[in-house]
Amino acid sequence: MLRLVDVDVYYGMVLALQQVSIEVPEGEIVALLGANGAGKTTTLRAISGVVRPRSGRIEFVGERIDGSAPERIVSMGIVQAPEGRQVFPELSVKENLLIGTYARRDRRAVPGDFDRVYAHFPVLREREGQAAGTLSGGEQQMLAIGRALMARPKVLLLDEPSLGLAPLVTRQIFDIIRALNAEGTTILLVEQNARLALGVSTRAYILEAGRIVLSGPSEGLLKSEEVRRSYLGTGA
Amino acid sequence: MLAQQIVSGLAAGCLYALAALGLVLIYRTMDIVNFAHGEMAMVSTFVAHTLLARVGLPYVAAAVGALAFSALFGMLVERVFLRPIQNGPLISMMIMTLGLFMVFNGAAGWIWGFDPVSFPYAVRGRPVVVSGLIMTRDSLLVLGVTLVMALGLYLVLRLTLAGIAIRATSQNAGAARLMGVPVPRVYSLTWGISSVLGAVAGILIAPTTFLSPNMMAEVQIKAFTAAVLGGFSSLPGAVVGGLLLGVLENIVAGYISTQLKSTFAFALIVAVLCIRPSGILGTPPRRKV
Repeated sequence: MLRLVDVDVYYGMVLALQQVSIEVPEGEIVALLGANGAGKTTTLRAISGVVRPRSGRIEFVGERIDGSAPERIVSMGIVQAPEGRQVFPELSVKENLLIGTYARRDRRAVPGDFDRVYAHFPVLREREGQAAGTLSGGEQQMLAIGRALMARPKVLLLDEPSLGLAPLVTRQIFDIIRALNAEGTTILLVEQNARLALGVSTRAYILEAGRIVLSGPSEGLLKSEEVRRSYLGTGA
Repeated sequence: MLAQQIVSGLAAGCLYALAALGLVLIYRTMDIVNFAHGEMAMVSTFVAHTLLARVGLPYVAAAVGALAFSALFGMLVERVFLRPIQNGPLISMMIMTLGLFMVFNGAAGWIWGFDPVSFPYAVRGRPVVVSGLIMTRDSLLVLGVTLVMALGLYLVLRLTLAGIAIRATSQNAGAARLMGVPVPRVYSLTWGISSVLGAVAGILIAPTTFLSPNMMAEVQIKAFTAAVLGGFSSLPGAVVGGLLLGVLENIVAGYISTQLKSTFAFALIVAVLCIRPSGILGTPPRRKV
């Protein structure tokens, strides 16, 4: 559904991504793993059209999207819940969710989507009128995901949804990620917590210094000696 | 006497508030101070005068025409002069607006002449007396227009999707882009609205200052003072700051000396920056993510 083919991204003179190829099939959860600075966020920024690849292609349902404006990519159905949540702190919860609908045409479906998001995140309904900056970290993460859902994504890009959250809250968020996927949303999940991400995904890619060094079915990677040693910290 | 000074100061304060609202709107959204704000308003006021005196339109039609022009003018300035350098350092954008200040001032003089020309009041007639306080019909109109504009701006920013997008962009432009908000168009819209706010102030003040390329010099400084006084990042602050400045300077003029009016505005900027840099309603600067 979403495909990156030999993507190179530079920040000025610095090579951030080199020959990155990723395949996200419809209906699956694909994980993108790697250490800090490996290029995970850059990959998502390239998909969202915020940075332009120097070479290579990005395709969505067969159509090239590299070079399109971010708002066009959102309206095609690729939406991101960015790293560090980045909710709009002085807007209310409801206004944050409304911003998610900005690129949409079918305004009449918006009330139904509020209901859907509130069904996944009942706490957001309770805090509807509250400024987003006053929410807890977990609630802000829920809002960031809810805001992305309001854009009706076909592919949801999640950037480190577990960052800075307590284990219990993280589990809650991952339950919701599974539920969203079961409803038919394709997900590309960026995580530092490899065990968690491999547990929820069908396949995974591992980035190191801007290059894909390993990829394959998540189950296989969980068992792989190399992955266990470098990313799960349980090696021999 | 004091009550009268206060009431008389309110009308001037309204004009400062309108001009300050435009400044603050752009500052909040793009983090830059538009030094050309007053000169852009002056150009729009000249357009109003041309529509009025040369084309012969009635006052309201000329004003509406000039406001439509000012919206397009604001968007054009952003598109042509600021967008190409928007990824550069903020200081280059500020210097750009400073340069535009000079250019618009010179260009207006070249096109319309440097000599002051009279500009009609929107309404005429005998002053109105309410419980012993005298108000000209014009200042009543200024009060009403300011109220409508400020309230209108508030409602647009609160209730419309475009307004919410402006606020989202001002808080985190990067996240707004990721959510599908066309940020360049939001900037364009912001400049259009800001320019209209300035133009309303220009058209309403022209009868008192006379129409000339330098007509906004003083208003611009007062608008800065009002914005600083209210807290440069707060829209309600701009209104409060403008009204307060108008009233205070009128009291200074009445009780101390008319000549100290402008000096007072400068002294107030210095004092506010020393004592409470974030102004009355402003919040201390926060780093954007």
